[in-house]
Amino acid sequence: MAQSGPSPNVYVPPGGESDPRMPPGSGDRWPKILGGGDTSARNVWIGVGSTLIFFGLLAIIVVRSPGWPEIKDQFFNAAEFKSSFPVILRKFVRNIFIFCAAEVLVLIFAMVIAVLRSLPGPVFTPLRILAAAYTDLFRGVPTILVIFLLGYGMPALELQGVPDSDYLWGIVALTLVYSAYVAEVYRAGIQSVHPSQVAAARSLGLSRWQSMRHVVLPQAVRRVIPPLLNDFIGLQKDSALVFVLGVVDALGQAQIIQQGDFNFTPFVALSVIFIAITIPQARFVDWLIARDQRKRQSSAAV
Amino acid sequence: MTRAVEIRGLHKSFEDLEVLKGIDVAVDSHEVVCLIGASGSGKSTLLRCINLLEPIDAGSITIAGEEITTEGVNVDATRRKIGIVFQAFNLFPHMNVLRNVTLAPRQVLKASRADAERDAVALLERFGLADKAADYPDRLSGGQQQRVAIVRALAMRPEILLLDEVTSALDPVLVAEVLDQIRELAEQGMTMIIATHEMGFARDVANRVCFLHEGRILEEGEPDRIFSEPEQQETRRFLDRIIAAGRM
Repeated sequence: MAQSGPSPNVYVPPGGESDPRMPPGSGDRWPKILGGGDTSARNVWIGVGSTLIFFGLLAIIVVRSPGWPEIKDQFFNAAEFKSSFPVILRKFVRNIFIFCAAEVLVLIFAMVIAVLRSLPGPVFTPLRILAAAYTDLFRGVPTILVIFLLGYGMPALELQGVPDSDYLWGIVALTLVYSAYVAEVYRAGIQSVHPSQVAAARSLGLSRWQSMRHVVLPQAVRRVIPPLLNDFIGLQKDSALVFVLGVVDALGQAQIIQQGDFNFTPFVALSVIFIAITIPQARFVDWLIARDQRKRQSSAAV
Repeated sequence: MTRAVEIRGLHKSFEDLEVLKGIDVAVDSHEVVCLIGASGSGKSTLLRCINLLEPIDAGSITIAGEEITTEGVNVDATRRKIGIVFQAFNLFPHMNVLRNVTLAPRQVLKASRADAERDAVALLERFGLADKAADYPDRLSGGQQQRVAIVRALAMRPEILLLDEVTSALDPVLVAEVLDQIRELAEQGMTMIIATHEMGFARDVANRVCFLHEGRILEEGEPDRIFSEPEQQETRRFLDRIIAAGRM
């Protein structure tokens, strides 16, 4: 029964959910961080106190450094932030388009690669080799190089029917690179499904593909959602790399402003945007995992 | 008359280890045959071979007159006729009970969702599991999980049902409900081959008992005779050990 119990990617503290001190499904992680896992009031206050002192000292050291006024003006300029943020945010729509398109393609393409690599039997050796070679290649080459090579190389071929859109080749490059990572994540998920599940499916008359489709993949995908999100956040950040092709995305826009105003605050503003989209996604995955656990362990009403 | 299952000269090795060393056995329709023997005697392997989950090395297996161990046999079509239930249940944890039961009828037999669910609910009702239809396997007791696994196999309307030590992973208090379900199937004329350590149950439900020892059927016959007057030294020794362990 390898399937029961918490997902392997969910950290369960010693004592786990049966820890009598923690209410079941307790979602407030701040006391946990502050008190080191113990919610007793005294420990929380010690946690708050030491945190304030630590970060307070750090802030004092930074603020009192000789270069701080200059840095503050160059990187944390409130007026600059206010004026550049909306402009960058508007261009961030292009990044959203790029990474959403790439994510959809990655989900599909990586699955194909992972399934090819998981095919059993000697007949499929060439396909397995092909899939393995693909993964090795695109995990090995830096993303920015793939973007350069495709973005400049493909249109330069001047082949009929080959488009010369920077967007398109940026999306293709990101898809190729991240599919290599995500295929490995999928493959780990596929291998984590116990062979007895396949035996059960095959014994009922399901074909190899039907077993994969209805029994193995649904379990595999559920297990790899957290590492999948990890790769997607990487992909979202790397969407900024397409600016090397001349696409004016959020990073391109931030650089234009920076070069006009001689101020680096636009880059900080863009960082804030990236962080702002990342955190909700992490919480969303936590919620998904919790929901799946609840569904499996609670009796559903008919 | 063609036998439901006929096995001739079956050999099966895993690497250097020969697990089955020439098995000859036949099972009639509506017959219940229990395989007994120590762990490692080859009971599970024999069942897995009949279900084509393990390729065989030599010999033949014939189901209702058709040999299934020749080249070019449609493996999936063959498995439809032969249900198997495993020691560890192997329910699909990401599906509720109803979907566990309807998956194969819908995917393999191409039954409509409504038909498959109607049949599944009828089967679940028959075995007292109707109220569990919407539950996920993790919520069920081991006994309930195993009963669902049997229902899942029955939903394909198999001609033969193979049961591979289906009570060995269960708490003793949960064994009875599963054995009752199997007994009911036997009374209704289901052809079954049952690998089991439950000797009382075997004696009760089997038409015939086969004692496996080191990959061979050493002795077979009516349960009363096997259990009270075993001919072979090894059979006697095995039964003595079982009695000493309080399993009979």
